[in-house]
Amino acid sequence: MDETRNVKIQVSGLSKVFGKQPKKALELRHRGAKRSEILEKTGQTLGLYDINFDVYEGELLVIMGLSGSGKSTLIRCLNRLIDASEGEIIIDGENIPTLGEKALLECRRRHFSMVFQNFALFPHRTVQQNAEFGLEIRGVGKTERYDIARSSLKQVGLDGWEDAYPNQLSGGMQQRVGLARALANDASVLLMDEAFSALDPLIRKEMQEELIQLQNKMRKTTVFITHDLDEALNIGDRIVLLKDGEVVQIGTPEEILTRPADDYVRRFIEGVDRSRILTAESAMRPVRATARSGDGPRTALRKMREHGLDSIYVTDRDRKLLGLLEADIASKAAENKADSINDYLIQDFRSVRAEEPMHNLFAMFSDRSFPIAVVDEENHLLGVVVKGAVLDELARAGEQ
Amino acid sequence: MEIPRIPLGSWIEGGLTWLTTEYSSVTRAISRVTQTGIEVLNEALMWLPEWALMALIAVLCWRVASVRLGIGAVLGLAVIWNLGLWDPMIETLTLVVIATLVAIVMALPVGIAAALSSRLYRVIMPVLDFMQTMPAFVYLIPAIPFFGIGSVSAIFATVIFSMPPAIRFTTLGIRQVPVELIEAADAYGATRSQKLFKVQLPLSLPTMMAGINQTIMLALSMVVIAAMIGADGLGSEVWRAIQRLRPGDGFEAGIAVVILAMLLDRLTQSLRRTRK
Repeated sequence: MDETRNVKIQVSGLSKVFGKQPKKALELRHRGAKRSEILEKTGQTLGLYDINFDVYEGELLVIMGLSGSGKSTLIRCLNRLIDASEGEIIIDGENIPTLGEKALLECRRRHFSMVFQNFALFPHRTVQQNAEFGLEIRGVGKTERYDIARSSLKQVGLDGWEDAYPNQLSGGMQQRVGLARALANDASVLLMDEAFSALDPLIRKEMQEELIQLQNKMRKTTVFITHDLDEALNIGDRIVLLKDGEVVQIGTPEEILTRPADDYVRRFIEGVDRSRILTAESAMRPVRATARSGDGPRTALRKMREHGLDSIYVTDRDRKLLGLLEADIASKAAENKADSINDYLIQDFRSVRAEEPMHNLFAMFSDRSFPIAVVDEENHLLGVVVKGAVLDELARAGEQ
Repeated sequence: MEIPRIPLGSWIEGGLTWLTTEYSSVTRAISRVTQTGIEVLNEALMWLPEWALMALIAVLCWRVASVRLGIGAVLGLAVIWNLGLWDPMIETLTLVVIATLVAIVMALPVGIAAALSSRLYRVIMPVLDFMQTMPAFVYLIPAIPFFGIGSVSAIFATVIFSMPPAIRFTTLGIRQVPVELIEAADAYGATRSQKLFKVQLPLSLPTMMAGINQTIMLALSMVVIAAMIGADGLGSEVWRAIQRLRPGDGFEAGIAVVILAMLLDRLTQSLRRTRK
């Protein structure tokens, strides 16, 4: 990882057992027992086991996993809404699990703001009073907290709604209040627990975009929980993938997409594509240049040079795909004074139909770096897909 | 073989006797304070001419609830006045007001404590069941050795009988506050008391008001029964009617109780709604 970045929170060896004898359950897990076996033998649920990760200053770290993966437990261990059974959570030199009651309150006030899945707004308080909550708890003076809350409401686009009550607002607006409450508090870490999961897809997308914009401006250290890989890919600087209470993979969205750590992650990624029904067509770009069958090697080389290509697809008069010509082979052909490139074509490239699901394209990139040719039933060249386009398309997947 | 009878009754009597002798100074002090309270409130309410009090109550009903309740209050009170039951009605109202206030003042802290501590909750709930299912008359008997015949004893019995719903609903109201709101308060670093006063109590207010409404209704019914140990008011009118076999008088006083009950009920219910 990037060595120059400051670690804001350091989580190490974090485990959580729901039950009265955590030692026993952890011991069993240590000896290799599965979650279900531990439940059967001790009646205790292993919520988290040996979690290790860092949160860097200013990054948006997504913790993602399906329900039951322990992600909600994990985020609650960070600000100790749930007490961890074992392990350390160091924030600015303080180990959160060992803090006394007073120090814990102080730590929560200074370091953590939280946004909740179901908003958790106070129904008896106005939007303004909700936004002021954190400051009020910290004992900030009336006029000061009024101004701060007002400006954070403005920041989330809730100008003019200060005197409304939460139940008068739509879901999206309620979550904006939740966000404003968190921003007004100006704690050093923002915890977002499935913050957008309760919103309908369009609003969710909109909130994601706004979070990204806010994040570009403020660079606030954020831990974001989600069960939605699209969301994770879209907003995360890095992703921690959880499964059954254990970390499966930590990495940037690209790393997770291109180098899934195991079959579990791979299936997950496939799920993304399928759910969005992304096909080769959506990532396809028009071919910048093709060589004609019968062209001389010098013509082909010139076309490649003009368009900055390392290789060029060769078609016949009807744009039927014949093969691929690589630049170094073409220049050898030119040295040999060959008349036509036809004998130098290689067939060692991939071609797919326009309706090919995108997740299949990944495997094809792993061995070769040629652009993938997209063809119709009659083998006419429709376009090409380059590696970057697939990533782009996946990252944009949530937008649709 | 004969199983010896458990001397439960004599144990209880022994306990009560011990309490009355040991704590006679305490009971006497309570008695004096309560008696003064009753007299002051009674005199204040009776010092006002009937029409003035009627107007005051009508305005209160109108402001808090609706014009309809205001008109209803005037009509109902006019009937009571007309039947010549104004003074007993005031006495009953005084007893209800004082008993309810005492009950609420005692119930709120207990209810809050039971909501916050599961252990206390488990202790208190059966006690409340006991208090509520014990026939109301039974409370009248120990009241007499403690406070003698009269209104103070009536208040003592009434407080015990009417307190459970206020405790129960307070506990329920606080326990009903959604977990996520408690989490939100915790996450922002709220202390226990901040959490209680800024989140838990405000959110449980509607439920607490329902409990207080119940307490008032129970207090009214008990205050009427307490006529048997010498409490003044509408109850003693009914009691007298029974002793003299005068069904007409009995029903008149009974109807006055009903009117008072409806007024108090509607008034507190609307309080609960406007507080939302």
